[in-house]
Amino acid sequence: MIPPETEIIERTQETMEEMYVNMGPQHPSTHGVLRLMLRLDGEVVTEVTTYIGYLHRCHEKIGENRTYIQIIPYTDRLDYLASMYNNFGYVLAVERLMGLQVPERAEYMRVILAELQRIASHLIWMGTFGLDLGNFTIFMYCFREREKILDLFESVSGQRLNYAFYRIGGMPMDLPQTFLTDCKAFLEWFKPRLPEYDAVMTDNVIFQKRVQGLGKLDQKIAIDYAISGPMLRGSGMKWDLRRNDPYSIYDRFEFDIPVGTAGDVWDRYMVRRLEMAESVKIVEQALRDLPPGEIMGKVPKKLKPPVGDIYSRVESPRGELGFYIVSDGSEKPYRYKVRSPAFVNLSVLPEIGPGHLIADMVAILGSIDIVLGEVDR
Amino acid sequence: MEKALERFYSVFAEWGVPSIVPQLIVMLVVVSVVILFISVSVMFMIWWERKISAHIQVRYGPMRVGGWHGWAQSIADGIKLLLKEDIIPAGADKLVFALAPMVVFAAALAAYVIIPFGPNLIVRDLNIGVLFYISISSLTVVGIIMAGWSSNNKYSVLGALRSAAQAVSYEVPLVVSVLGVIMTVGSLSMIQIVEAQKRIWFVIPQFFGFLIYLTAAIAECNRLPFDIPEAESELVAGFHVEYSGMRFAIFFLAEYANMFTVSAIATALFLGGWHGPLLPPWLWFLIKTYCIIFVMMWLRWTLARLRVDQLMNLGWKVLLPLAFLNMGITGLILVIHG
Repeated sequence: MIPPETEIIERTQETMEEMYVNMGPQHPSTHGVLRLMLRLDGEVVTEVTTYIGYLHRCHEKIGENRTYIQIIPYTDRLDYLASMYNNFGYVLAVERLMGLQVPERAEYMRVILAELQRIASHLIWMGTFGLDLGNFTIFMYCFREREKILDLFESVSGQRLNYAFYRIGGMPMDLPQTFLTDCKAFLEWFKPRLPEYDAVMTDNVIFQKRVQGLGKLDQKIAIDYAISGPMLRGSGMKWDLRRNDPYSIYDRFEFDIPVGTAGDVWDRYMVRRLEMAESVKIVEQALRDLPPGEIMGKVPKKLKPPVGDIYSRVESPRGELGFYIVSDGSEKPYRYKVRSPAFVNLSVLPEIGPGHLIADMVAILGSIDIVLGEVDR
Repeated sequence: MEKALERFYSVFAEWGVPSIVPQLIVMLVVVSVVILFISVSVMFMIWWERKISAHIQVRYGPMRVGGWHGWAQSIADGIKLLLKEDIIPAGADKLVFALAPMVVFAAALAAYVIIPFGPNLIVRDLNIGVLFYISISSLTVVGIIMAGWSSNNKYSVLGALRSAAQAVSYEVPLVVSVLGVIMTVGSLSMIQIVEAQKRIWFVIPQFFGFLIYLTAAIAECNRLPFDIPEAESELVAGFHVEYSGMRFAIFFLAEYANMFTVSAIATALFLGGWHGPLLPPWLWFLIKTYCIIFVMMWLRWTLARLRVDQLMNLGWKVLLPLAFLNMGITGLILVIHG
């Protein structure tokens, strides 16, 4: 609820030293159409209020009026920087609801694409985080690599952003013949790039001084707010659904889960930076073990899940992406609910934001890694 | 040069024209030349910066306008800005809003008076040259505060206040860092300072002074990593949020003109001014100046932005003591050597 403007004006007049600044919805560093109301004492933020809803498009209600297959392209638009993962989470939920089996090869394909998507998503985050801190060059570097991942996705699905590529029960098309070599070439090319980012960002003293000790998120507060993903891991909690609640075939791969200690912006940065290397490991293992065979399981022509409900969650690049589906036995879900990590993670901003300067506020907001398509569904 | 001027004046005197007329003509010519030089060099610098930033960021930058590597891009941009609608926000203080860019540009322009491009290529060799530059460059802040205040926008005010704080904090180390050179030469005149570097450039004995000057100068120009007055991720654009079209262009022009000035002053004070073998003096001066500009651009595109409090700490707690130390040691050595 947006408080009436008159109330804000009255409150401002009470204390002349304080000032209200409206940050967004059009602002370079709110990462979309987020609106923040900042109460400033000089340059120090004393209160943050988040206003969302500028991108609301009735995602869940639309879902109730579409068949199960028709929802897949809509999920692309949730977290548009990690569309593969949204597809993944949704089809997994329906498959669990119906008890469908997915062929081995399709599972491997899913993991390969999903982890590439995680790298791409973290790359965007890193680049825009650089922009938030005034480091413009890292942005271009990150986008250069992301472009290569998008090229890979294009060769697979024909799309560059909204793929709609996962299907309930498998995958629609096999990987193109050149994919294996292209993907391996990309990984070989990408691995030496990570130290390059370190040279520009991680090892830069100005950058370190900017983010260390900033926006500390206590582990207990994080759990109270149901924070998930890199933010939770940055606060020192080793919680990754790929390991703690394995889905698909994630239990077959070896990878580390980077965690932070202090829970500050620096830790969140490092968690994401290290996760990229871990994702590379997973993709390499999956490429190595990729079996031949079918890519589409046995799926009835008309998808009519049995009466019941399911909550299924995956570890998207931003955290726990959950889909709750209630089926009444018809072709359309009775209720379709998305638990989006960015929305939940954003809710902690009023808790960790106050007491910082405006410049730090921007860095903290950046470290939450929100995608407004997912915050407002 | 001097003689030609005298002849010029005497011709007018013979005709019985009051002496103010030829003086005005000379002034007008000089100002036109300086403004022309500023415009051309700023346009070149903008294009150059876009190219440098592009190559740092694995891009090409402008490639189309004008043919060869988009050399005419800045000209096209300038014309576009000139033709734009002049918008004054409804809530703005119109007079101050209109005056602010002129104040900023006038300050930038006035500083060119004492830049010694060559032994004779200086508008006026003031005997208080360095002092003149320092005092004139402080005027920029007045314009910025006027712009921030008159825009009637909270972001502009924040940007302007930051700018004032930054300029005040960094002018002090800037002045103190220059003192080492002035003490060695014993003069404030730019020509004499450059002449004194015939044998050895002051960057060698005054190395720390040079570094401090360069850091403070970058802060004076509001460039990254010290660009917090216009930090775009926080304040959108700082003091010039509400400016567009020609007025914005003037701010832009002044910013780059300032960049050239601080680099030129650094060249004159520390890098031996026009001294150098083979090439003509003015060319040497420009080469050295553009080298410093290149370093500034290089820093801008590789570093992150400092925070406000970090900026203040650096200015007052690091740069200023170092500058004083530099000055003290220079004085000590001068006393010992007599």
